[in-house]
Amino acid sequence: MAALPSNGNGTEQGDGNGNGASSPPGAVAPMVDLQELCHWYGEGEMRRQVLQRVDLRIHPGEVVLLTGPSGCGKTTLLTLVGGLRQVQQGRVTVMGKALEGSSRRRRQQLRRHIGMIFQGHNLLRCLTAEQNVQMGSDLLPGLSYRARRDQAREWLRAVGLGDHLGKLPHDLSGGQKQRVAIARALAAHPKLLLADEPTAALDSRSGREVVDLLKRLAREQSCAVLMVTHDPRILDVADRLVEMEDGRLRVAPPLLATS
Amino acid sequence: MSELPAVGLLWRSRKIPLAWLLLTRQPVRLAVALAGISFAGILMFMQLGFRDGLFDASVTIHKLFDADLVLISPRTISSISMSGFPRRRLVQALGDPEVKGITPVNWNFLLWRNPQNKSTRSILAIGFEPNDPLFLDPSLKAKAQLLTQRDRVLFDELSRDEFGPVATWFREGRTVESEVGGKRVRVAGLVGLGPSFGADGNLITSRETFLRLLPDTPAGSIELGLIRLSPGADPAVVQQRLRNQLPKDVTVFTKKEFEESEKDYWRSSTAIGFIFTLGAGMGFVVGCVIVYQILYSDVSDHLPEYATLMAMGYPLTALLGVVGREGLLLAMLGYLPAYGVGQGLYALVRSATKLPVEMNSTRALVVFSMILVMCMGSAAMAMRRLADADPAEIF
Ligand SMILES: Nc1ncnc2c1ncn2[C@@H]1O[C@H](COP(=O)(O)OP(=O)(O)OP(=O)(O)O)[C@@H](O)[C@H]1O
Ligand SMILES: [Mg+2]
Repeated sequence: MAALPSNGNGTEQGDGNGNGASSPPGAVAPMVDLQELCHWYGEGEMRRQVLQRVDLRIHPGEVVLLTGPSGCGKTTLLTLVGGLRQVQQGRVTVMGKALEGSSRRRRQQLRRHIGMIFQGHNLLRCLTAEQNVQMGSDLLPGLSYRARRDQAREWLRAVGLGDHLGKLPHDLSGGQKQRVAIARALAAHPKLLLADEPTAALDSRSGREVVDLLKRLAREQSCAVLMVTHDPRILDVADRLVEMEDGRLRVAPPLLATS
Repeated sequence: MSELPAVGLLWRSRKIPLAWLLLTRQPVRLAVALAGISFAGILMFMQLGFRDGLFDASVTIHKLFDADLVLISPRTISSISMSGFPRRRLVQALGDPEVKGITPVNWNFLLWRNPQNKSTRSILAIGFEPNDPLFLDPSLKAKAQLLTQRDRVLFDELSRDEFGPVATWFREGRTVESEVGGKRVRVAGLVGLGPSFGADGNLITSRETFLRLLPDTPAGSIELGLIRLSPGADPAVVQQRLRNQLPKDVTVFTKKEFEESEKDYWRSSTAIGFIFTLGAGMGFVVGCVIVYQILYSDVSDHLPEYATLMAMGYPLTALLGVVGREGLLLAMLGYLPAYGVGQGLYALVRSATKLPVEMNSTRALVVFSMILVMCMGSAAMAMRRLADADPAEIF
């Protein structure tokens, strides 16, 4: 994998949102910093709290797995971190940028640096595998078309699909599609990867392969990962396991390691 | 690439042509869309073509005259009732240094008796001095000498069949005689002019014969004066000069204005313009509905994919651009077949109806603009659906 496109790691973290104060002096600024995050759905009578004072910190390059029963608010948490939803209460700081009260446009800008992998692969049906991945690398500024295409091909080779460049999603298996999705997410050189049950549609063997691949590539790019999963067989890839219940986080017993 | 840095840069920074791929990877939908757009375009081409062709047909004869300027009576409003004015005015015009030649013309309708079944029908008679130039087409010159004999006429072989099998009989070598205005005339030759709005048929004769057939015509009165200018003269300048010199009992038109005034008469006095413009409008509306349906369902079908792109960090404007480019591509791809088929149908109409329907750049541009507005308008409407693409809903 020596030929992998390099992650332009000239990060501008902690660029003065007054958030540096919350991290201990000398420590690396966290990739994700959630403080007392609360979220509600619905209006009036129907208003229901799904996140209750969530605190979570993810460091650069760290792989965090989030588990918990269905409906406890995992996806909601992911969409808030990914800047897909407006923050209602509490503080969300991603790559040093405070998301509370941020405009649509700022969140969209931030999303360029966040890779997202969905439960369904969500590939563009009318694009080939290569073109789908290039939709990711097209977000990179300053690269020529050819350079972006070559990167897309490299990524597909990295996920083991070098022979399927020109295939439409329709002609790929579930696991292959999910690997294309991973390549697409990584092609934009994200510093943070959010994955929501990426193995849900896969059998256990290809699920395992996809997760291993995800972890290895993220490592090589020193990209932090926040992954939601129900799958007990893949918990061991985590640097840290976080469990959620009824909108609250509790640090899981086996892999305890937080400040 | 060094000599065209801007183009080179654009080429380098190009992206996946999403709009093109969205359209072409769904060939059936694309075909339906293009068929709809082309149909609308063809409909517009035909309706506008018929409209302009019909108006052109009102000046079939007008166009033939060898003239730069014409004199008519100010009381003349159309070719179906030309008023007379003193022939002296035309002779006066000859005093202008840039006027090279004049032709006095008499113009009126007569009753022609069908030599076969004896029914009568109104025919346009044009009288001139057989030695004067009349039409641009030089083939008339030789035939004009046949008119120096009294009571001879040249019959328009393109006249409608109701005037009798004159041309056929004449070509068979028979002597064709008929009664016009109660006097016997003989067909001395055939010319090809063509029917117009006002006249189903035409005949040309000498002024002498003309005055015999229409004895009520005041002596020294003509309905039309043709003026030819010396080469290089500016018709507008001479027109202005003549206007200042001549009394107000004549109107000086350029040949173009003469044709336009006739067309204007038919435009304002008939519903032709309205009917065919309405037809073209129908084509436009049908096209709008089809393109809107196609683009709207296209956006709806791909909503999760658009939302995915937004989640990846593509701005909404980029997605609006995709839909806009789809509209633009549809307009261009749909126009080409419409243009081609339009050309073919024009040729068909020309040969079947003798109507002067032709493709011209103005109409080609008008129809393209209509198709463009149709597609871009529909794209703009379909874009509103993009507001429903919520990236938060795709996890
Ligand atoms: N858009 C929404 N509007 C209203 N309620 C919602 C919405 N999305 C989720 N919810 C509710 O909020 C709660 C948390 O949903 P969320 O999707 O975050 O759960 P989850 O932990 O991801 O569940 P699962 O494991 O089944 O995916 C659920 O009870 C759900 O019904
Ligand atoms: Mg979920």
